Amino acid sequence: MSILNVRVAEIEQVTDVVKHFTLVEENGRPLPRFSGGSHVVVSMNINGRIHRNPYSLMGSPENTDSYHISVRRQEKSRGGSVFMHDGVKVGSELQITYPVNLFSLSKLGKKHILVAGGIGITPFMSQIADLNRLGDDYEMHYAFRSAEHGAFVEQLKQMCGDRLHLHIESEGQRINFQNLLSNQPLGTHIYVCGPEPMVNALLLTAKDLGWPKTHVHSEQFLAPPIGESFMVQLAKSNMEIEVPGDMSMLEAMEEAGLEPDFLCRGGACGRCEVEVLECDGALMHNDHYLSDAEKASGNKIMPCVSRARCQKLLLNI
Amino acid sequence: MNTPAFKKETFRDDYTFRNSPEAIRRFPFPFAEDEYMYSVNIEQHVSTNPGSVFEHAIDIDEHYIAECEDRRLTLERDPTRYIALPHMMDAQWDMVELIMESLSADYPQWFELTKNGDQWHWVNKPLEIDQTFTFGDTSTLPMEPFEYISRQVQGDWIIMDHRDDDLFADMGMVTSQADWSIAFDAGMSFKEWHGPVPQANEIGIFDRALKYLLHLQYGSPVRRLNWTMTVNPRLDTSPEEFPLWGPDNASVTPENVGEKVHLRVELQALFRLPRSNAIAFSVRGYLISLDELVTYPKWAKRLRRVLTNLHPDLSEYKGLDLYRQTVIDWLEPLEDGAELSLGTQPE
Repeated sequence: MSILNVRVAEIEQVTDVVKHFTLVEENGRPLPRFSGGSHVVVSMNINGRIHRNPYSLMGSPENTDSYHISVRRQEKSRGGSVFMHDGVKVGSELQITYPVNLFSLSKLGKKHILVAGGIGITPFMSQIADLNRLGDDYEMHYAFRSAEHGAFVEQLKQMCGDRLHLHIESEGQRINFQNLLSNQPLGTHIYVCGPEPMVNALLLTAKDLGWPKTHVHSEQFLAPPIGESFMVQLAKSNMEIEVPGDMSMLEAMEEAGLEPDFLCRGGACGRCEVEVLECDGALMHNDHYLSDAEKASGNKIMPCVSRARCQKLLLNI
Repeated sequence: MNTPAFKKETFRDDYTFRNSPEAIRRFPFPFAEDEYMYSVNIEQHVSTNPGSVFEHAIDIDEHYIAECEDRRLTLERDPTRYIALPHMMDAQWDMVELIMESLSADYPQWFELTKNGDQWHWVNKPLEIDQTFTFGDTSTLPMEPFEYISRQVQGDWIIMDHRDDDLFADMGMVTSQADWSIAFDAGMSFKEWHGPVPQANEIGIFDRALKYLLHLQYGSPVRRLNWTMTVNPRLDTSPEEFPLWGPDNASVTPENVGEKVHLRVELQALFRLPRSNAIAFSVRGYLISLDELVTYPKWAKRLRRVLTNLHPDLSEYKGLDLYRQTVIDWLEPLEDGAELSLGTQPE
């Protein structure tokens, strides 16, 4: 996997819980181009342990001088976002992956409806730049809790003009998905990114209204949930490793010196899928990639976010 | 490879195409073992073996000018060999960037690219092209950007749009194909356009290949080799022109087999494109006559063994049935039964 070495050029406190980071290539060279909706995975060395978190690229894909990411401070998490907020300063050096796009605009869409909740606004910032450049028809719906949580509203007003629709919860404004989805022309695509209940509500409404699956897009990166520790046997590597409660299986394998494939590390892309050869207990699937039937069959697992509760787990890796 | 003199030669009519000893030596012989069956056989497309066809992302060899000229002739007869659906314009510019940046970085003696913001200056010395244009503005080039640049590079290119967890053949420049047609396949999904390939779907090749490709990353291209055989060194073995080349398959005799029958190896490389998130699939063909190939005894013996063991479905699909036995018989005197080293190297 190609890696980029970057330096933090600027940090801006956007709201009380969101920081915006400007990243430049360590030698000042242009960064790779990307398409709207792309993300990078940022590696962080926290007390000797490598954390890797995915963050959407927010800048215009036209601008290759710098990358822009925003991080919401998650107090009840494993420390990645807190490290970004407290440990990363202007001048800090970080490693990131090349951009990957798991949330791309459909080029055949006649109209695009973008729906963001809170920090879920980030992937849309680069998508809007692409839509503006292509002159495509779109609506941007941005929901947040209260005025002070509306990160990037001023920037969005400039980018979107009257295509921007704000929904401020504290002022009693909530997006009515039923209305939004009921009266759209054929060929419309909808994209949603935000808290899980919001994403699920929109997906369910779209399904009920008969929207084609191919026209409904969502992106949710999950943080690996904290759980109980368990042991894993790795058949090809002929090893047994412990997965501590605050580590994912993927991280535990990396700590053990293995280099499993990965892309998003958030249960969305399917790249790290591993075959389960034996399990005498329960697999705890936390990903959005496997179908319900695949989860039930118990043959596959996504080690980036999923865990197990069992005495014996044997993976084909 | 050292600076090759670009050869003046033809891939039709009088067929003057020949390989120099150096080109034979660097030929990408595809058989590492005595048996052949499909596999996904994908590896990272990184620079390996200076002088080999794997040294650069896009290989330029002694046949460059002649292949570009053959493409021009084919497009003159049939402009539908180039297709770009309207939603692929970002991918067109991605291809301009990929090809111009690769060639100018890898072959500075022949290609120069100078950028001043969106103002680009492109010099292609072998083809005597000197073009200033505005990147992103199609009106500043003499034709669509992808057609413009793909006329200046060897091999076919198919650009796949990535949507609905699938890849669609929505753009292509295809003039040197092994009997398939971009005009027919345009707009098809990955499994649709691979539909005619026997055996592979049954063993799950396409499920795995598609899943792998959907995860292909910008900056990490991959490659594989594929192969077939062709009678006469003809690049344009298209279904559209079947009447021109199809009957040649029945023309092989024990006397002319060494000169007429060519092994045709495709170096297939896949690149994720940055603006469009599309995937570029390049199919670069290399031809070698059996007379040229048998200058390395290991290749002669291995080819005979592979053809002898080839699954009948694959032989039929690759169009070898009319002359495969003639080739095996012609190679027979070179067979001594010796165990051959694993790998594709000539010696």
